[in-house]
Amino acid sequence: MFYFKPNFKLFQLLFTMIEIHNIHKSFNGTKVLNGISGIFESGKTNLLLGASGTGKSVLLQCIVGLVKPDIGSITYDGKVFTNNKLDLKQEIRRKIGMLFQGSALFDSMSVEENVDFPLKMLTKMSKAERKDRVDFCLKRVGLENAGKKMPSEISGGMKKRVGIARAIAPNSIYLFCDEPNSGLDPLTSIKIDELIYEITQEYNITTVVVTHDMNSVMEIGDNIMFMHKGNKLWEGSRHDIMDTNIKELKEFIFASSLMRAAKKVDDEMGSLDELTSLDEEQNREQAKLIDHQEGNPNEGKTRDPYAGPDTLV
Amino acid sequence: MRLYKPNMKTFGKFILFLKSLLVRGESFSILSSRTIDEAIIIGVNSIFIVAVVATFIGAVTCVQISYNLTSALIPRSTIGFMVREMTILELAPTITSIVLAGKVGSNIAGGLGTMQITEQVDALEVMGINSASYLILPKVVAAMFMFPLLVIIAMTLSIGGGYVAGTLSGALTASEYVEGIRDTFIPYNILFALIKAVVFAFLISSISAFQGYYTKGGALEVGTASTNAVTNSIIAVLIADFVCAQLLL
Repeated sequence: MFYFKPNFKLFQLLFTMIEIHNIHKSFNGTKVLNGISGIFESGKTNLLLGASGTGKSVLLQCIVGLVKPDIGSITYDGKVFTNNKLDLKQEIRRKIGMLFQGSALFDSMSVEENVDFPLKMLTKMSKAERKDRVDFCLKRVGLENAGKKMPSEISGGMKKRVGIARAIAPNSIYLFCDEPNSGLDPLTSIKIDELIYEITQEYNITTVVVTHDMNSVMEIGDNIMFMHKGNKLWEGSRHDIMDTNIKELKEFIFASSLMRAAKKVDDEMGSLDELTSLDEEQNREQAKLIDHQEGNPNEGKTRDPYAGPDTLV
Repeated sequence: MRLYKPNMKTFGKFILFLKSLLVRGESFSILSSRTIDEAIIIGVNSIFIVAVVATFIGAVTCVQISYNLTSALIPRSTIGFMVREMTILELAPTITSIVLAGKVGSNIAGGLGTMQITEQVDALEVMGINSASYLILPKVVAAMFMFPLLVIIAMTLSIGGGYVAGTLSGALTASEYVEGIRDTFIPYNILFALIKAVVFAFLISSISAFQGYYTKGGALEVGTASTNAVTNSIIAVLIADFVCAQLLL
């Protein structure tokens, strides 16, 4: 008998995502995007990586609808976004939260009012409910005491945090970040990256981050799309990126001396791994010998030297 | 011919821009609240400059008319009459609007231009809000409400300025001035001035907003947009002044 068991996880995987297909865009005859396709899955931090001027931000603008692609389609959860009716576009846009490169906070509003703005405009929440949600979002980004400040009174990192709070306030299911750590010190950059990563995992949202920062790549890159001169050259995760053979990507990754040094250490760690496995064998042999001399009842079982004193393998 | 084409293109873009103000707008409560805020910025915050300009224009008009009116055959009350006519028909609506084109026009263009280059307009669009309607429609509506009120204030103060200047300088007596400003009064002239004020308000606010909204680049371009907003608004006001005079008088 045929038995159908709905697989909700598969259903979620299939439909809570953004799909871009064959995106082309030119400005005044200059080709900026050349047939970019890809899938951004929910619960993952998807990175658009590439050097400046490779079309990452234009692609992001196409995805959120700020720029209309010449050719190609963009689909949100199976609903076509490009060339669709304005109402449907509006409906999708109201599920989008975006962190802009310069934060794009409204100058005339306080931090609290900035976070409250999308709630006021897009939801039918009461004033008290909005206040609770604003407090929650500000607390989530660690700015519970900065609500009354104006954007001009807070630092760049705090502005980014407010931008994230504003983006997630209306329970957005898509989060877009355009160079979230540009202009920030390395420590604040990592904190912002971690915040984006945590929020993505916590709310299972689809996050797309435009970046050219290799620290971000190594910290949060679940799915990385590398772009070069308007083309997608590589796609993979942060675990694979260091082993790439693509010349442009290698040049990009190892442009800084820090990354070159990291690679060198990584290579050395690779040879150290071999040494470690040899040491491990020697330790096991030594453990066997000690067991035999002491008349251990567990003789014959070896002790894992890296798994604690009582662990037998 | 090369100049003609881009100008028509810009005009077409301006018409589409005006259309975009009226489609997929936000709720009435949000727009009305924004309109009140804008009315304060555009109207209330402009009262001082309008009052100063109007008072002195009335005073100067009175003094200059009395200087030129040398014939003994013309009664001195004519000075009051001329101050009133000039003020109501031309000076109050037009000069006030030109002053406001400088103050309000540059403010609108600069504000929107800055919002555009700092991606605040994009932030609104990404949220699914019609940025043109949300940001600009309240400014245009507020200007169209507040300009006539400012023109009424300007008319009153200008005639008052003429009175003070005329009597203090000894050009005419108080009773002569009052007699002059009451002579053959046509109420329609007030309506004409107010219609002009509404037309000028629409032109100044929409042209300035258009210049600001399409700003691209950086701080330099914001400055250029403000300058263009003021220049284009003043030209549009003067052309509209002529057209209104032709059509309505």
